[in-house]
Amino acid sequence: MHKITLDISTSPHLVKGLSTDTIMKHVVYALLPAAAFGVYAFGLNALLVMMATSVGAVLTEHLLCKYSKKESTIGDYSALLTGLLLGMTLPPNFPLWMALFGSVVSIGLGKFIFGGLGNNVFNPALVGRAFLQATFPVAITTWYNAFAPDRFYNVSSSVLAFPFMQPKVDAISGATPLSALKFDGVMTTANDLAFGFINGSTGETSALFIVIGGIYLGWKKMLNWRIPISILLTAFLLSGIMYLIDPTKYPTPFFTLFAGGLMLGAVFMATDMVGSPITSMGLWVYGILIGTLVVIIRLWGGLPEGVMYAILLGNAATPHIDNLIKQRVYGTSKKIAS
Amino acid sequence: MSTIPQNKSDKGFFSSLANHPNTDEFTRGLWRDNPVFVQVLGMCPSLAVSNSAINALAMGLATAFVLLMSNILVSLLKDFIPKQVRIASYILIIATFVTIIDYVIQAVSIDLHKNLGAFISLIVVNCLILSRAEAFASKNNVSKSILDGLGMGLGFTFALLCIGSLREIFGSGSLFGYEFMPSNFEKWVIMVLPAGGFFSLAFLLLIFNYFKLKKEGL
Repeated sequence: MHKITLDISTSPHLVKGLSTDTIMKHVVYALLPAAAFGVYAFGLNALLVMMATSVGAVLTEHLLCKYSKKESTIGDYSALLTGLLLGMTLPPNFPLWMALFGSVVSIGLGKFIFGGLGNNVFNPALVGRAFLQATFPVAITTWYNAFAPDRFYNVSSSVLAFPFMQPKVDAISGATPLSALKFDGVMTTANDLAFGFINGSTGETSALFIVIGGIYLGWKKMLNWRIPISILLTAFLLSGIMYLIDPTKYPTPFFTLFAGGLMLGAVFMATDMVGSPITSMGLWVYGILIGTLVVIIRLWGGLPEGVMYAILLGNAATPHIDNLIKQRVYGTSKKIAS
Repeated sequence: MSTIPQNKSDKGFFSSLANHPNTDEFTRGLWRDNPVFVQVLGMCPSLAVSNSAINALAMGLATAFVLLMSNILVSLLKDFIPKQVRIASYILIIATFVTIIDYVIQAVSIDLHKNLGAFISLIVVNCLILSRAEAFASKNNVSKSILDGLGMGLGFTFALLCIGSLREIFGSGSLFGYEFMPSNFEKWVIMVLPAGGFFSLAFLLLIFNYFKLKKEGL
């Protein structure tokens, strides 16, 4: 297949619109500061895991395209983005074979089986992570301490676990702020949370760098600001109400905002253009739904973290939101009845 | 068919068996019209109790027994059952044999009975059995119905055994309770969860359809 293009043009040159690969490329750029901080905080292990998921995702996409006799779509950066996002949501000491497996599931079951980019119902990276969470529940909740002194030259043996074998726990595992609160009732200070001096998944610890990436994308108009704002605002207000009701039992709203994957999820995952509603009103409903679910799962659920399931449920609700809230057709005064 | 006597004279027993028109009634259920992989019938037991090979085998054999017996009885009684109440009559026949197999499983192994739970009673409403009674046994004679029931029943058992083995190997690292994987094998927890049933069935359907399309030259 080749496109026939005619390059002759006269003076009113139209500015080229944003293409998929330009947007995807910029989202990858926006993710890089947070990923780099993850490598700085967790060292070589985090780098290896992110590389494994990225390479795995791109390779899977290429091979699936090849065997289904389609033109390879790895040039649009979406597979790279999915792989990088998946790597950033995994613990830094996650075994490489599981990470590779997750990236294959992300692309194969999360995206390709629905017909490729634009047809997927759920965020592919989160499909991969949800699969890994259900398949290897122990490995995905084993966290190593950040800023270990030997992190830049020592690769954890759990990362290099033999395929299909259990990873060996070779270092002192730590707790994330969320699990510390849920299971031990220990609170992390707001300062540590905001700047990322905490344990957690590779890409989720530094709220600051995630917000910088989000602002960059918002400024470039590659991200709809309504989604992160509505999610964060809802989570903040709901957890604030709960905190006011019982400050001894529930965490502060700032803790809810900065701990765990809420920032990363709100800025980079819920904003996936394929899985989010079309209308502005729909986006607010979608954001409020996700924010509410995050608070409900975190405060009353069995797991310490609920951002992943909240966003997947939000993705599942998107077609219904789009059905219920329709754009006014230009030139008409009333909403058209469907 | 008229070709059989000619073949019988110059070919052996097995080839004459293979050419016998009734053989098709038997083999059809095993492979070409496999109840799970081709007709996609009886999804409830094949997804719910296939989390280990032994559960799947027991469920498959129980269903095969009920299917065979109901096929025989429906075929025998086809001239006596009024058309208007035939479905209710079939259900009654099926329920009789389900009750028998329920007690048999309880007598053989109470643990197995606990594992299979309500799904033994639910064989009554397995659409595979009712569809064979309605579509085949009520229109054919007893010998053909026996072959059909055996073929379909064994095909169902085979399919369940495939799903159950796949789920047990990856989900528990064992097969029929025998742990053959190394002790530090990382178990895929999702495979013994209900979601694993869907994934395994889809994966096996993918393989079957791939070979089917390849055979048809597509």
